[in-house]
Amino acid sequence: MMIRITKQYYGDFGESAADVSANAPKEIIQATSNIGHDWPLWEVFIRSKQGLDHKHVGSLHAADAQMAIENARDVYTRRMEGVSIWVVESTYIHASNPDEAESLYDPASDKAYRHPTFYDLPDAVKHM
Amino acid sequence: MQIHDLEKVFLDKIEEEIKIEPRDWMPDAYRKNLVRQISQHAHSEIVGMLPEGNWISRAPSLKRKAILIAKVQDEAGHGLYLYSAAETLGTSREETINDLHSGKAKYSSIFNYPTTSWADMGAIGWLVDGAAIINQVMLCRTSYGPYARAMVRICREESFHQRQGFEILLVLSRGTAEQKAMCQDAINRWWWPSLMMFGPRDGESTHSDQSMKWKIKRMSNDELRQKFIDMIAEQVKVLGMTLPDPDLKWNESRQHYDFGEIDWNEFWNVVKGNGPCNKQRIEARKNAWDEGAWVREAAAAYANKKKLKTNNGLEAA
Amino acid sequence: MLTTMISNGSMLHTDSLIHYTLHLADNALILSQRNSEWCGHGPVLEQDIAITNISLDLLGQARNFYQYAAILIGGTASEDKLAYHRNENEFKNCLLAEQPKGDWAVTILRQFIFSAYQYLLYRQLAKSTDHQLAAIASKAVKEVTYHLRWSSEWVIRLGDGTAESHARMVNAIQDLWMFTGELFLPAPYETEIQNQGIITGVEKLQQEWITTIENTFSEATLALPTDTGWMQTGGKTGRHTEYLGRILAELQYMQRIYPNCEW
Repeated sequence: MMIRITKQYYGDFGESAADVSANAPKEIIQATSNIGHDWPLWEVFIRSKQGLDHKHVGSLHAADAQMAIENARDVYTRRMEGVSIWVVESTYIHASNPDEAESLYDPASDKAYRHPTFYDLPDAVKHM
Repeated sequence: MQIHDLEKVFLDKIEEEIKIEPRDWMPDAYRKNLVRQISQHAHSEIVGMLPEGNWISRAPSLKRKAILIAKVQDEAGHGLYLYSAAETLGTSREETINDLHSGKAKYSSIFNYPTTSWADMGAIGWLVDGAAIINQVMLCRTSYGPYARAMVRICREESFHQRQGFEILLVLSRGTAEQKAMCQDAINRWWWPSLMMFGPRDGESTHSDQSMKWKIKRMSNDELRQKFIDMIAEQVKVLGMTLPDPDLKWNESRQHYDFGEIDWNEFWNVVKGNGPCNKQRIEARKNAWDEGAWVREAAAAYANKKKLKTNNGLEAA
Repeated sequence: MLTTMISNGSMLHTDSLIHYTLHLADNALILSQRNSEWCGHGPVLEQDIAITNISLDLLGQARNFYQYAAILIGGTASEDKLAYHRNENEFKNCLLAEQPKGDWAVTILRQFIFSAYQYLLYRQLAKSTDHQLAAIASKAVKEVTYHLRWSSEWVIRLGDGTAESHARMVNAIQDLWMFTGELFLPAPYETEIQNQGIITGVEKLQQEWITTIENTFSEATLALPTDTGWMQTGGKTGRHTEYLGRILAELQYMQRIYPNCEW
């Protein structure tokens, strides 16, 4: 089965085709710019209650931002899951490259002194 | 990195139960396998709206009507979550849907059976959703992140589906002679097709082995089917109804129910398109899609106009 | 059937209030039934879910009104008896609600016309001296506010979308407009409870309603019909189009062939 790949890397929509082909096997990439008439894809973020961060819950299709918010309301808050909705067109999301994970995140692992538990204080010192 | 190094990293992650995420390197075959399974799953949700939708206008009470509408609507939502998960793998929803309409993509054969009585709404909830949930609970632990997250959401929402189905049958089983007969008839018609939902026997399932290795699937078709039968064989007693299988009986040494032979000839025929409603179902989906084309175009055209206006407005200012 | 129920009940003086409550319930039920025909057949998955949500909201409103009517009637009346055991000529919904769902343009336009009407009506009703009606309306007005917003946006999208969508909207306006007059024409039972001071009266809402319609139409590049002379009426007093009989034949099918059953 031949699968057409419209976006090799989810969350990296704006990148060039050359970037995509660097890691992907050639045979699964086809010219993709004009296949679909789908409405754009949007990412949905929902604040489940006041005081909490918005959290990514999924995606959906909508013709415009207004419709995306309403669709998000109908699709992702049917059971009172939210009090506030953000939507952003998926095209505008850029993501870090997992191949660079080591250089991006590993250097943080030997900086234990950034964490409060690194410091040994006498029990007499409370609430610090 | 060389491909074989990438593959090792990938397999190590699977081994260590680390989820694979959309931007991670993955073998082409893993991607294809997932796209096939997720889109098949999504199509099943969407086509699955039709047999139950058939009774929305005729639900026997306003309460049942509200429940049924909410349930069928949930299935649309579930289809949407799954199409979204498939999109993270690089296939657009439109392509996926085109494959359904062209007959290239499959969906669960159970939805090619007709819903001829109200009791079918109960039997579908209890048996069909019951079988689906067994599969879906397993898939909450599937190795691909977006698929697993969609399944968690779906399982959370599905929990009322099976209960409402059982409750429909429970009320019928305590009703008039006609209602009892309606209840038994629905169980008789839906029992065998619901066993077929778990797919061919382990030895004959084409995709199973690889799916298990990649932890896309975590239990075999036969294991899941047995789990389902053991559960239903007990629950049917509460209804005071029977399952249409003379060979069904508890096996003390296996600690499982034994059961009769599934009609695999029927199974393969329905898969191939010879079920009672295959044509009708695809026709309905195609019609909805085709008749919606002008609506989708109009909304896109309007969104473009608005964008242009905003841009021009910005430039003018 | 209803007459029997009412005359068996003890509160004869509330006849008009019962009729009016049933009118509100029937409107919501029949429109819900029409919108639910889209479930599984919408133009795109997200909108399938949206129109079904509206259908569910309307069904919820219908149930609240029926339950209240059942209390007013007393005896063995219940929401299901009222919805499933009255004949066409006892249903009091406006003709607009029972018209076929048509294409997406017809459904959208009808929803918009109806939501604009329900929005004003429920806001007014929320101040009714009848506390039960007021309570149901205050809850419903939140739902209807959203329906109005959603349907207005769609009217604009379709009106100002493509040539085809515009033409379809123009057709829909031509088809449905003659059913809008009835919304603001009080039935005798309405006039009576208005005289009793229970409601303020629907004719007072017409001007604001037409302004809402005009504003949205103008943004949608759509025009009001020039010939607005003749309006169809009768639904509120039980004289319906042929469509209602078909709707009820399906809706009431189970309860009619298996009477007196629990479901």
